[in-house]
Amino acid sequence: MSAGTSSLAFPHRHLLGIEGLSPDEITLLLDRSEIYVEQSRQVDKKQSLLRGRTVINLFFENSTRTRTSFELAGKRLGGDVINMSVQASSIKKGETLIDTAMTLTAMHPDVLVVRHPESGAVQLLAEKVDCAVINAGDGSHEHPTQALLDALTIRRRKSRLQGLSVAICGDILHSRVARSNIALLNIMGARVRVVAPRTLLPAEIERLGVEVFHDMTAGLAGVDIVMMLRLQTERFHGSFVPSIREYFHFFGLDYAKLAVAKPDALIMHPGPMNRGVEIDTAVADDIDRSAIRQQVEMGVAVRMACLEVLTRELSNRAPAK
Amino acid sequence: MTARSLFRNARLLDPATGLDRPGDLLVEDGRIAALGGKLTLAGEGETVDCAGACLAPGLIDLRVELREPGAEHQESMQSGALAAVAGGVTTMVALPNTDPVIDDMALVEFVARRSRDVSLARIRTYAAATKGLKGRELTEFGLLAGAGALAFTDGGQAIADAVVMRRALAYARTFDLLVMQHPEEPSLAAVGAMNEGEVATRLGLGGITPAAEVIMVERDLRLCEITGGRLHIAHVSTAAAIEAIRQAKRHGLPVTCDTAPHYFALNETAVGDYRTFAKVSPPLRGESDRRAVVAGLKDGTIDAIASDHSPHDQDSKRLPFASAASGIVGLETLLPLTLELYHNGHLSLLEALRPLTERPAAILRLPAGRLETGAAADLVIFDLERPRRIDVDAFRSKSRNSPFDGRPVQGQVLRTVIAGRSVFTHRD
Repeated sequence: MSAGTSSLAFPHRHLLGIEGLSPDEITLLLDRSEIYVEQSRQVDKKQSLLRGRTVINLFFENSTRTRTSFELAGKRLGGDVINMSVQASSIKKGETLIDTAMTLTAMHPDVLVVRHPESGAVQLLAEKVDCAVINAGDGSHEHPTQALLDALTIRRRKSRLQGLSVAICGDILHSRVARSNIALLNIMGARVRVVAPRTLLPAEIERLGVEVFHDMTAGLAGVDIVMMLRLQTERFHGSFVPSIREYFHFFGLDYAKLAVAKPDALIMHPGPMNRGVEIDTAVADDIDRSAIRQQVEMGVAVRMACLEVLTRELSNRAPAK
Repeated sequence: MTARSLFRNARLLDPATGLDRPGDLLVEDGRIAALGGKLTLAGEGETVDCAGACLAPGLIDLRVELREPGAEHQESMQSGALAAVAGGVTTMVALPNTDPVIDDMALVEFVARRSRDVSLARIRTYAAATKGLKGRELTEFGLLAGAGALAFTDGGQAIADAVVMRRALAYARTFDLLVMQHPEEPSLAAVGAMNEGEVATRLGLGGITPAAEVIMVERDLRLCEITGGRLHIAHVSTAAAIEAIRQAKRHGLPVTCDTAPHYFALNETAVGDYRTFAKVSPPLRGESDRRAVVAGLKDGTIDAIASDHSPHDQDSKRLPFASAASGIVGLETLLPLTLELYHNGHLSLLEALRPLTERPAAILRLPAGRLETGAAADLVIFDLERPRRIDVDAFRSKSRNSPFDGRPVQGQVLRTVIAGRSVFTHRD
């Protein structure tokens, strides 16, 4: 089956966040992703959809997994993929951001995949360049492809999103994954809970459409999905939890806490995991319950779908006068 | 020979005396010689027909940043003064957060000299309360006041150490001087880039709790009480802080406060999708706090409205939100935004003008802000009703960082007069 034949159009120039997407647009991305899951399982994984197109992975923050996933996605679609890492700390951040954007746009990339440690930075950059931009994570704001791959994983395992009960647990305060997932799951009709100590919850989080719990036993009772978040100590200014030992005792996922969830509840984690901090090793590696490895596989497919929909409408520009 | 000018057919407005009547105003040698019904010009002189426009005391802006010395590419005394007179401001007081910091007599005298050189709006200055704005050692309050510093403040930084603040107030009382405080508990403010709440949570930005303001205000009110030092709290923005000040005034404490137009004309939703032009310190608050600011102006708890003029170039604002500079250019929008409170029915016209004229003059003990025979003829003549849109490209300021660009407003400064001399005349 050839890509690029779906009748539904994706009306956005960039993918900066989940907020603002419609259920149909999300479904379109997930449906397209299914095709790429199959393609990626073939011996010959490569397509020519992006032939002649240039994708630049512009990462202002360290990342191995997401960058590799985007790189594979671009290459499997036949595009030319360049990785650029900019150490945000080395120069004054904003200058680097705009300067880099202007420099890169002169090289005529078709897609920029951008990760930045500050909320809103990817949108700011998108305003300054004339190509499609995919947000690969901005500060504590959004990480839309993570939410999409999580949704794809859930949909494949549970065959739906509508009506499922999902608990997102841990460092909600600093998590862009949480914000994107809360948005997506609400748009798709799932019920979302967040479970965290009060120091790791942002103000008025309930206004985003979640039920708030401060206790794992209450928060996990009867849920279909348990999403664990990484404790983002690199974003901590000061102490949010007194110790890892105390955190794991009350908020780390182990079989005892999991017992109150549905018997077939699925365990997810965006990675990288801190084993023994937010998740017990045995739970993380439980092949019946844990979808963590599958999430990584879905990541490549979802990113292929995102690259596809954002480049499908590209046409050659008139030569400059 | 006496220089005379006559302003005819004006709506004379003076909040200090409750004056609001049609009439004329006569200026002789830079001073108000007479005001009232029909006046005539005896001998030579200029006659200005105000054609029914409002004539009020020139505005007194309690707090501006002029960036000179040190960052003249963002603003200078010259460009700031041009912006001031275009906005109807005849006296403005600069914050000491320049480079170098105004914490020495020579720098206070420098401001006075530059004000004379520029010869537009009167530029006065505060001096730093602590050397280098570092929050530790007090500056020479007595000598600095003698050189012309109007009050003592660390500008946009709160004096965090309670002992330093206590001594600042106690020492200031020795000379009957005023200490002005930025009302934010610094450690609570440091973790955020905007007001704490749903908007910040959605944007993934660190939030500053509104309580950061009242915590600092209540501490300082206690210190004010035990020292008796005169305290002025800058740009209040929360219901809780305003209520604390209301109670303190009721108990007779020597405390005054002001706000800035963005705290009653905008709320936190102006941040929208990371609009750095809406980033200020203290941050724009929620709607209930915004309403409390309006109520505080209505009942007089909030004494004054300052522009909080804070010019920034594009490099300082075109950054991710948390990294961008805080501040709004305000000199040229101070009057029309304040007049919104009149046009919306929240304040009478005199109530709207009082925090821009008589009250700030009283706080700083300046002989200005009144239409009084014998007083310097610092005047603003404005069309109260004229509808227009704020246009940052027409600003005289060197900077354009205003979230109000394109906002429909009513009110246009037609002429600004300082010591009888017209320093600004509006041209359509």
